Amino acid sequence: MKEYIFDCVVIGGGAAGMAAALEVEKSGFDTAIVEREEHLGGILLQCIHNGFGLHEFKEELTGPEYAERFAERVQASSVKVFLESTVMELSESGEAAGMHELHCYSSVYGVFLLKARSVILSMGCRERNRGNIGIPGSRPSGIMTAGLAQRLVNIDGYIPGEQIVIIGSGDIGLIMARRMTWAGCKVHAVIEIQPYPSGITRNIVQCLEDFDIPLYLSHVVSEIRGKDRIESIRVTPLKNGIQDEENSFEIKCDTLLLSVGLVPENELSRKAGIELSPQINGPLVDSFLMTNKKGIFACGNVLHVHDLVDYVSRESRSAGSNVVKYLNSTLTGVQNKVKAGANVRYVVPQKFNFQGDNQFYMRSMIVKNGAKVEVRAGNIIIKTVNHNHVQPSEMISISIKKEELEKISGIPDQQLEISII
Amino acid sequence: MEKEYICIACPIGCHLKLHVGADKSLEVSGNKCKRGEVYAITEFSEPTRVVTATCRLGLENLERLPVKTTKPILKDHINPLLKEIYSLKLEAPIRRGQTIIKNFMNTGVDVVATRSAG
Repeated sequence: MKEYIFDCVVIGGGAAGMAAALEVEKSGFDTAIVEREEHLGGILLQCIHNGFGLHEFKEELTGPEYAERFAERVQASSVKVFLESTVMELSESGEAAGMHELHCYSSVYGVFLLKARSVILSMGCRERNRGNIGIPGSRPSGIMTAGLAQRLVNIDGYIPGEQIVIIGSGDIGLIMARRMTWAGCKVHAVIEIQPYPSGITRNIVQCLEDFDIPLYLSHVVSEIRGKDRIESIRVTPLKNGIQDEENSFEIKCDTLLLSVGLVPENELSRKAGIELSPQINGPLVDSFLMTNKKGIFACGNVLHVHDLVDYVSRESRSAGSNVVKYLNSTLTGVQNKVKAGANVRYVVPQKFNFQGDNQFYMRSMIVKNGAKVEVRAGNIIIKTVNHNHVQPSEMISISIKKEELEKISGIPDQQLEISII
Repeated sequence: MEKEYICIACPIGCHLKLHVGADKSLEVSGNKCKRGEVYAITEFSEPTRVVTATCRLGLENLERLPVKTTKPILKDHINPLLKEIYSLKLEAPIRRGQTIIKNFMNTGVDVVATRSAG
């Protein structure tokens, strides 16, 4: 079996993996990316719509353009890319302390072993499926996730059906409503269980209202009907959270697309003994984005689901620069806890340090205009930031400068709590 | 006549009302800032969108090549544009940014490739 040794191996060559690998390579370390698809770019390659890169490149790009700009930088660098290769197992090396082993299978390179002093997890996320939300009814064909349909239409050139209903008003579902319409299909409805849309307003307007596609809020699909192929669905409104059977109605369709959320892809991490957050399904990380396994870092959607790729790139560069410090043995600092306070669903990372600036990402549990994000340590307010508008579907990021933490640096066991008020 | 819009200039999403007077004057209400007024008037008088779609390419690992308009085009032009995009069969190699359709219907808008292939 072939063996290769690197300073850092990055698992996954999407937006996160590419940004992280470039950051490590820049400091002269031998770096590799393992990517299971035939091209670098990950999910961006099937997101042919625009709206990417406003922060990163200060212009509006499509997904493939954003991906290719990074892929070109990777190709121009010394980063070794293993395409069509899958990491099957990640473990600590039995031979030398502080070394990790990655067992890889590939249609190009066969079976091979990578050894590395550091590893970056950037495998992205998976879509929730029918099984995750448990829709009753028969099990005909024609039911798939919105992301799979997106790949079929935009890359492989197949139209999954002509009469479409979409469950879930997440952005991928909304984008697919427009895409299917522009591909000549009829989208009959989008069904959302929550009383408010999960996607951003721009997509509600440009992907649904532009085509008069009805959005049923506080409605569920209560039954799927059809023998071989899906023939119709039964839609039931929710009244005070309970299904109002009497007012149910039927919609005929031959395809049902699910856009009901994403889950970080952590099979590999779990098997490697990496501790995961039960709340967000991503690894628990310290303020350097390092997991409980020394030398293994995480960034991008494998850590928590982002809504802007620009934030993925920024977070991943930060993971990469921490890996550089780790490899130089200069990554030190006491880690203190960060807690999600009032109206905050989660905060990543879950730790902070006093040695440098800290960047936190969080999601609101509420929809509110004129909100404040407040960071406090006990009774001491560290920072307050005003936000015109907060909602669960828009991630909030906040950075805290080293100097801002000075007033609490002398006190031992300080915890930060971030709230939205 | 009165028309309703949801502003997309920022995430607040103001619910806008556009009043069209008998003298064709336009008046916007419900907006929290100037951008809302501009948005409603543009949506009423000449709504435009950037169009992204795919063309046939037929490579083994890439059947479709993604393309986009270089600028937003009038909504009325979208369907004829899609028809033309779907009628094309491209040949590799193609570079990102390469023009696929030049000056569509004399609008000054081109369609360009958003991915390289071959």
